[in-house]
Amino acid sequence: MSSIAIPKPKLVEAPDGLMGPGYFATRLDKVIGYARQYSIWPLPFATSCCGIEFMATMGTHYDFSRFGTERLSFSPRQADLLMVMGTIAKKMGPVLKQVYEQMSEPRWVMAVGACASSGGIFDSYSVLQGIDHIIPVDVYVPGCAPRPEQIIDGIMRIQDLVRNEPLRRRNSPEYKKLMESYGIKTE
Amino acid sequence: MSTITLTTEHVFKRIKERFEGSINHAYEPWGLLTIGIDYTKNYELLSFLRDEEDLQFNFLTDLCGVHWPNDKEKFEVVYHLHSLVNNFRLRIKARIPGEVPHIKSVVKLFPTANWMERETYDFFGIHFDGHPDLRRILNVDEMVIFPLRKEYPLEDNVRTDKKDEMFGR
Repeated sequence: MSSIAIPKPKLVEAPDGLMGPGYFATRLDKVIGYARQYSIWPLPFATSCCGIEFMATMGTHYDFSRFGTERLSFSPRQADLLMVMGTIAKKMGPVLKQVYEQMSEPRWVMAVGACASSGGIFDSYSVLQGIDHIIPVDVYVPGCAPRPEQIIDGIMRIQDLVRNEPLRRRNSPEYKKLMESYGIKTE
Repeated sequence: MSTITLTTEHVFKRIKERFEGSINHAYEPWGLLTIGIDYTKNYELLSFLRDEEDLQFNFLTDLCGVHWPNDKEKFEVVYHLHSLVNNFRLRIKARIPGEVPHIKSVVKLFPTANWMERETYDFFGIHFDGHPDLRRILNVDEMVIFPLRKEYPLEDNVRTDKKDEMFGR
């Protein structure tokens, strides 16, 4: 009877640092980045078919929760990541912006699918031609609709951003300027 | 129990008795009686059709607008009526002249016309005089155009990402 090889569980690697007996020294923002990376609370803002793909992504087969995104937040005040999935009509624009403004810092935005990224096939008077006209976007996921693998790839790119973000970024003049260009108030 | 059935001939005869001079045309595509009337008589005609004992067109199925950019009377309002009592359907069309079309509101007759007239105003810019709350219903309030008129380019002209040079055209 042949033995079945059980793969060793892959653990998260520790950040770069100085290690010796009884101590480990690294930068604080690296530790915080590592902690944040695997504890993102996403807010699904699903308006159409990309939202259905997201439901498949959340389901048991693809199991989105593996990435530390177990807890979906349906309140923007507790969410870290805004996932915009689907067509955003111009009339929906102010609502989306308000949801973004209600999120507390640090916050990230992912545009899932062609419609959220660029308006997609809806080349029309009533549809917003990409959500980056009203809020800043960190990661764009292409596809119409994207497969769950693509959405998972998107969340992994978000994790890269979260891990590597300097702690001072949200207080920098560049960041304030970016927010001002969208007409969003910063404290 | 006797069932009352309306005939096209009877309905047309009743309308003709009352609105002889206001009928512009009448035809019957696929058995649906369609009458084009003078647009100033729309309220009067719908009121007559709703309240007469033998007609009872008590349900306004739909109300919509049409734009005819090449005609003299550029705008048209179409009423779809249904007599639920007699199970008989009827279509009324009214052509409106002028660049800023005005027609009398029928909200007082059929409350359901409220949102339908707002929608028709939103997309065609047809003003319904006497409407209690005539403002846009589906599009953003800031919109300055009436998008279903056949006079605007289909694409959003403010967009920058679908320029021809990006597609080698």
